[in-house]
Amino acid sequence: MAATATPEAVEARIVEALASFGPDIEQVTREATFEELDIDSLDLVELAQIVEDDYGVELKGDDMKNLKTVGDAIELVVARAS
Amino acid sequence: MAEQRDGCAFVSGASRGIGAAIARGLAADGWAVGIGYNSSADAATAVVGQIEAAGGHALALGGDMIDRERIDAHFSALEERFGPVLVLVNNAGVRADGLAPQIRDRDWDLVLDTNLTAAFRATRRAIPTMLRARQGRIVNIASVVGLRANPGQSNYAASKAGLIAMTKTVAAEVARRGVTVNAVAPGLINTDMTADLDGALLAAVPARRAGTPEEVASCVRFLVSDAASYVTGAVLSVDGGLSA
Repeated sequence: MAATATPEAVEARIVEALASFGPDIEQVTREATFEELDIDSLDLVELAQIVEDDYGVELKGDDMKNLKTVGDAIELVVARAS
Repeated sequence: MAEQRDGCAFVSGASRGIGAAIARGLAADGWAVGIGYNSSADAATAVVGQIEAAGGHALALGGDMIDRERIDAHFSALEERFGPVLVLVNNAGVRADGLAPQIRDRDWDLVLDTNLTAAFRATRRAIPTMLRARQGRIVNIASVVGLRANPGQSNYAASKAGLIAMTKTVAAEVARRGVTVNAVAPGLINTDMTADLDGALLAAVPARRAGTPEEVASCVRFLVSDAASYVTGAVLSVDGGLSA
């Protein structure tokens, strides 16, 4: 069910999810780009599903296209969840 | 009955014919099965009864699969009752035959919507859960006419060829998450849907007989099984040699 979407909780969840796709968790900083982390479009689809399952925030099509960094994803989810 | 699986399967168009045989087969393999149907509520209830009598689990889910909200409601009902939908069989299909000049817009739309668009929407609904589970099986029931001409079925053929192209594309998209997407292309199979076909098609079948729904279901069961873990984006013809 929808967890409380504090900025800290969202950041921790997104970092954990991205690390599960391959990169070392230390590499997953707010400034890191998805390209640097080798996070591809399918990974982002899965991230969107995790965010929807955990916070009830739906991210579709264009929402994901403009995300370049880990920080972009965190800020989008925090903004949508509030 | 095989040992009960975690999660469940959803088979559209499962009240009769090939879909019913697939549903019974997957239930025998240990899957709890959602029995999708449009109009044949009694037949769907009968399939559920057969599965439960054999020691399995099933749930009848009625309504037109072209309705986006209906698809979502079916998945939600299955998730609540049996857990995540890890197997999707897009089987629901209709025919509205005629030579091209005689096919009305509504017959074109009905066939494309039911056979192709609804399958896409169910696939779209199913995949995120499968990605997170790192497992999943989608089997699309295509047709020999998606591979080989059969005059009088331009709408049906277009829908089935589209289903094959969608199968290959989605298979490539999700392969690295352990999710496979395959198509089965039945030829002439003895069902209500083919009862009105004349003998010309039968004469073209090298096996010299029509197939049974169970012969199609056994191929679907293989593609859903662990034995087919490295098979994806494939089209398995089940047609007595008709497309050979």
